[in-house]
Amino acid sequence: MLSRSEIVREFKRSKSGIAGVAILLGLILMTVYSAVAIPLESFRQWNNPNFWIDHPKAAAPAWTNLGSKVPEHKIMDSRDAEISESIQDGTRTLVHSYSIDFNYDDYPDDFMLPYSAKYGSTQPVLDVSVIRPDGKEFEIYFSSLPVSRSDQGEFSSRVFSTDKQIAESLKRYLGEFQYRQDPAKPEVMVFSDTQEPGVLKGKYTFRETFFLFNPGDSVIDSGVILGGKVYGLMGTDEFRRDLAIGILWAAPVALFIGLTVSIASVLIGLIYGVVAGYRGRRTDEGLMRINDVFYSLPTLPLLVILSVTIGRSIFLITGFLVIFGWVGMAKISRSLALQIKNLQYVEAAKLMGQSDINIIFKHIIPQLLPLTFASIAISVPSAILGEAALSFLGLGDPSIPTWGQILHEANSASATTRGLWWWIVPPGLMIAITGLAFALIGNALDAIVNPRSRRV
Amino acid sequence: MGGFYRFLLRRSVNMVIVLFATLILTIALLGPTMDRILRDSIKYYIIEEVNSKNLKFPNEVERQKYINERVEFQTKALGLDEPWYSPKRFFNTVVKVMLLDLGKSNFLTSDSGSSNVRDIILEKLPKTVLLFTTSTLVITVIGLYLGSFVASKAGSIWDRFNSAFAVFSGSFPTWWVAMLMIFAFAFTYHIFPARATPLTPPSDPQYAADLVYHMLLPLITIVLVGFGSWAYIVRYFVVGILGEDYIAAKRASGIPEKRIIYSHALKNAAPPIITVVALSLAGSFGGAITVEAVFDWPGMGKLYYDAIGVLDIPVIIGLTYISTVIFVITVFVTDIVYAYFDPRVKVA
Repeated sequence: MLSRSEIVREFKRSKSGIAGVAILLGLILMTVYSAVAIPLESFRQWNNPNFWIDHPKAAAPAWTNLGSKVPEHKIMDSRDAEISESIQDGTRTLVHSYSIDFNYDDYPDDFMLPYSAKYGSTQPVLDVSVIRPDGKEFEIYFSSLPVSRSDQGEFSSRVFSTDKQIAESLKRYLGEFQYRQDPAKPEVMVFSDTQEPGVLKGKYTFRETFFLFNPGDSVIDSGVILGGKVYGLMGTDEFRRDLAIGILWAAPVALFIGLTVSIASVLIGLIYGVVAGYRGRRTDEGLMRINDVFYSLPTLPLLVILSVTIGRSIFLITGFLVIFGWVGMAKISRSLALQIKNLQYVEAAKLMGQSDINIIFKHIIPQLLPLTFASIAISVPSAILGEAALSFLGLGDPSIPTWGQILHEANSASATTRGLWWWIVPPGLMIAITGLAFALIGNALDAIVNPRSRRV
Repeated sequence: MGGFYRFLLRRSVNMVIVLFATLILTIALLGPTMDRILRDSIKYYIIEEVNSKNLKFPNEVERQKYINERVEFQTKALGLDEPWYSPKRFFNTVVKVMLLDLGKSNFLTSDSGSSNVRDIILEKLPKTVLLFTTSTLVITVIGLYLGSFVASKAGSIWDRFNSAFAVFSGSFPTWWVAMLMIFAFAFTYHIFPARATPLTPPSDPQYAADLVYHMLLPLITIVLVGFGSWAYIVRYFVVGILGEDYIAAKRASGIPEKRIIYSHALKNAAPPIITVVALSLAGSFGGAITVEAVFDWPGMGKLYYDAIGVLDIPVIIGLTYISTVIFVITVFVTDIVYAYFDPRVKVA
């Protein structure tokens, strides 16, 4: 048996073990960073599409924007606008003008015009025109705002570039183009050169004019969101969510699941196996039969059934994984307990009249502790992979982001065949790296403390 | 031989217990959901019937009364008036499934249109067996050669590289690698189809060739993720045997190292290796669910995935049971074969 300092010394000599610890430290740093720097709200609202509406849709990571430049995401609100106001015949006219320098080689992904206003029974009218760098002006939207539902409350909504009105209005300008244009794609048509297919670079002005008919009405905010084709460190997904946030937040979740499941199942397996091995005879026979039954149960199908019928919260899933996780450790610790119980000091303790429980917990289990730590580390990857597989099948906890769940959504949106690699590569890589860290630590520990693998 | 028969008996009893346990667990978990779905569907059909027959009722109360009566009658006729855990129904279900009478599916049908769960599973089973047996075979062959090669050079750069690769590939979820492979070889380079379900009908003579072509990408993926850990396992056993005295004796008598490794050491390492091969093959259904779902390979795993999507309980119970049967029987056979050749097992 090795002393603790000997184990630490040998572990420090193992390069792979150190590498594992380094990766683990990185993951813990990620956890700390996400807890400190990212608002908890983004974690809670992960599956709420309204929370993410200001983000671009399926945008690549910003650092891929090299060579030919694709548009970056632009969010502007009334603070960025040039505002002017005039009154004529009791109608107030509010103009919010947004200037955008558009010098990219590609069209934006889409655009949105959010607004919020306060009005009574007579709805204000919104008129939107775009003044292009070539001097042409396209009036793309002219409509009264929806009937306000609340009496004096604020009304917020947004005009999407996919709005039918916009396509309808743009039909009037088809003649301006020397080639075919599609008014159903305003983000292309508005930003196109009229002479030849291509982007028209320069300064665009979105002019949003509000006509207010009641003295009490007011415009609280307006804005222009130009949907970029690149965004952030890791891009966004189909539901406009910032993948960097999801991937960062999923790190503590994965560590929690991996560690809780492996610690719980290894400890259960340890005690179970030691009791079976120490008591021997019928207890051993009975316990090992039960162990055999658990060993033969189909894990993933039963996990699936459990989460479909009982529930999908993260704590339940952790419990389900423990049910199937303890089997291997029980076998190992039983065979070791069989050896230890015949050692002289255990026999001596027995002769001195110590109780079985005392012997198991004071004399046998402490001998197995180093191996227990190795086993905990070794069984983390399978717990993480198990949860990921369950989430990937769409049966994970729906209220929090996990890497498996992000991949499930990527697969459902057929991200692979649409080339959205930034949605596929990072989550899977994180699963693999996290598993790898624990596998490296576990193998290094196992090589030190497990007499069987020492030989080879 | 007495010991061997006792061993055989114990294993058989064990096998039956496992099958019972799985079945009871599955049915107990899914029973309430199954009852609810069946009752809802009876109600739905009767309301449909009332609507389509254009039956006239004096008022809404009369109509509701008629519907309730019909629902009650149908529920009784199907035996649903008793809960799923009533001894009669529970025992009935267990015995039926045990005898492979898997009943009718709620939603899914086989390609030939049958809604008999056994027909559906029998149609999908060969596809899963084909994919996973082929890939296990390829992995085993690569693993055996690579494993014994690095075992002969234990401690070398090759050996360390192989161990590192084994740990790496073992941490990768196969279904994620599958997504990457589709991205690389179906989207970026159009070498393989993204969906592994062949478009040609099974009656077409081209079907076999098309099936193999569609199978290649899943096959390559499974092999790529699997062979590293295999080589590592083989290496572990072979290195263990290379340390034995009789190998040293063979070396001393001048038998070439290559022959010692590939013929003597490998032969002696074979039984445990074969056991691991058989077990991993028998247990491949779990992995099949995710991998087949990604590749859309028309096997049992994809069927299970679809069955979960629509909550087709009879199909879920049937598949869980069949996969357990396959696993348990394989474990049983390998145990017996192993025990027959290795007398030490019987004693333990």
